[in-house]
Amino acid sequence: MKKIFKLLLIFVTFLSFYNQNAFSEDNKQLLKQDWTFKGFFGKFDRASLQRGYQVYSEVCSSCHSMQYLSYRNLAETGGPEFSKEQAKAIASQFEVKDGPNEDGEMFTRTAKLSDRFVSPYANEKEAQASNGGAYPPDMSVLVKARKGGADYIYSVLLGYEDPPKDIQLDDGVYYNAYMYGKKIKMANPLSEGLVQYKDGTEASVEQMAKDVTTFLSWAAEPHLESRHKIGFRSIIYLIIITFLVYFVMKKIWSRVETEV
Amino acid sequence: MSNTNYVPTSKIGKWFNDRLPLLTLSAHLQEYPTPKNLNYWWTFGGILTFCLITQIITGVILAMHYVAHADLAFESVEHIMRNVNYGWLIRYVHANGASMFFLAVYIHIFRALYYGSYKSPREVIWIIGMIIYFLMMMTAFMGYVLPWGQMSFWGATVITNLFSAIPFFGESITNWLWGGFAVDNPTLTRFFSLHYLLPFLILGLVILHIWALHVPGNNNPIGIDVKKPSKDTVPFHPYIVIKDLFALLIFLIIFAFFVFYSPNILGHADNYIEANPLVTPAHIVPEWYLLPFYAILRSIPDKLFGVIAMFASIFVLVILPWLDTSKVKSAIFRPLYKQFYWFLIIDVIVLGYMGAMPAEGVYLLIARVATAYYFMHFLVILPYLGIKEKTLPIPLSITEPVLGGSSNPSRVKNKTELHNL
Repeated sequence: MKKIFKLLLIFVTFLSFYNQNAFSEDNKQLLKQDWTFKGFFGKFDRASLQRGYQVYSEVCSSCHSMQYLSYRNLAETGGPEFSKEQAKAIASQFEVKDGPNEDGEMFTRTAKLSDRFVSPYANEKEAQASNGGAYPPDMSVLVKARKGGADYIYSVLLGYEDPPKDIQLDDGVYYNAYMYGKKIKMANPLSEGLVQYKDGTEASVEQMAKDVTTFLSWAAEPHLESRHKIGFRSIIYLIIITFLVYFVMKKIWSRVETEV
Repeated sequence: MSNTNYVPTSKIGKWFNDRLPLLTLSAHLQEYPTPKNLNYWWTFGGILTFCLITQIITGVILAMHYVAHADLAFESVEHIMRNVNYGWLIRYVHANGASMFFLAVYIHIFRALYYGSYKSPREVIWIIGMIIYFLMMMTAFMGYVLPWGQMSFWGATVITNLFSAIPFFGESITNWLWGGFAVDNPTLTRFFSLHYLLPFLILGLVILHIWALHVPGNNNPIGIDVKKPSKDTVPFHPYIVIKDLFALLIFLIIFAFFVFYSPNILGHADNYIEANPLVTPAHIVPEWYLLPFYAILRSIPDKLFGVIAMFASIFVLVILPWLDTSKVKSAIFRPLYKQFYWFLIIDVIVLGYMGAMPAEGVYLLIARVATAYYFMHFLVILPYLGIKEKTLPIPLSITEPVLGGSSNPSRVKNKTELHNL
């Protein structure tokens, strides 16, 4: 047993070492939030997810696509859990191109639950042309695609500041304390009371940033809740069976004088 | 192999066994005499077999849903993560499984280094093991390319570009590897094909590795030859089986923590950005298990010699049985070697750390010193130590630590001390 603890210790040291090197180049500490979806039993805050979707659809989605999500996802368990009718209503606000029909022609129709989120631009070039050459990244896995994850997204949303005097900014470039290189081509997207929350929550900038980050975290990891649930059960199961096997091992090895 | 005088009890069993002695093999595997003083560092062989089989099973399932095409690969991975039933679980087990596989293989290799398991008569086991390790690195590298994220693409670009350092044929070889003039769809499809093929080669080599092990039998912490079977050995089943199972379960708990609670911590965030040949990431870093080699590669100013040094760093391991001139196997009885062993471990960790850092300034300097020390350990220190080192007295058997006319018996006088080594 003593050996195993030693092994675990080495492993933990190794891990902390790896963590350290992964994050050592951050010069400004990210704003930390107490996310409800972290930890062993982490779950998304349902109301926050729904508000987050509202922020996404009213603010972000005018530039940012979310091409890997479908409207049906909005009604699935572990997500914002809109009712099926609500999700259908959301989908019906969008038009998608379909076809060809019997006459061989393409046509547009209203989106269904099975459709992917409609992108604001037809392609990457159009997106760049409309945004001063910068491509607004697809938001489906954005939280996982940035070092620091949810904390990073939250920090960038709140990181707009007046630039220090020695920094010259070009037109259409903004100063952001947490952005890589401190320069960002997205104008500060959030301002006090920008959205009217349907549930009456006050739409402060912090609140909106928190809600939309929660939503984006779910979008990047839609099965997080079942992952945590299955994970906890698996580990408990493994620990119990490890103990049983340990005693069996002791019993078997008691026949020889060697210790295990 | 030990002589198994196994006769099946049933008539059918005997008929079959006379034609294909699978039952004899099974009997051999069960009664295979194993030194009874093996410690937990010896359980990693079983753990590695488990890892390989897990990777193959999850990999085969992933391949059912994955699309090997430059335009569709990234999307198909997201499809697995979102729409395939438990696809996220299978992918996370596969991705983290690769890291756990390497964690286990490094422990396995360093165990062999500590206890001198590569020495006569086990050189062939060691060489097969090194080939497996090399194939593992190739497989892992090509697997990392498949999601077609930014790090996949640029990692593939950096590594395949290494071959362009070969004089005269470099460029042709690189183009041949790519299937074009840059990393593109043909590269992805061939990497997928090879990533599916190599694990089965590894499986074959693992069988040879175990076969080669069963000829001389296991080494053990004191590194002496044991009579088989004798008071020094226990049958593989149930003694070693249950012990390996216990260690495997502990390993699985750690594995599960990664898969369920931080599945992306060992990967790089940039790999969730779809590959874009026009945008180079700020730092191109390989997966953690390749970092020491990456550091060696970058620490040599010349590209060709960098590549040579990188391959040489693996090659010195292959010829290690002949570089280490000491007749004593276990580091327990080699006081000097023991210290150099830990220096080597620190050296490799430092190399790994430098591999993750930008190759400039003080990082580069440290990486160069560490690279030099790495080669010095194998090419200078080990051959010299074998001649000069004064080793401690070695017991004659595991149960009866009788000393061969030694003046310092205190070291191994106590029986239990030996068992706990």
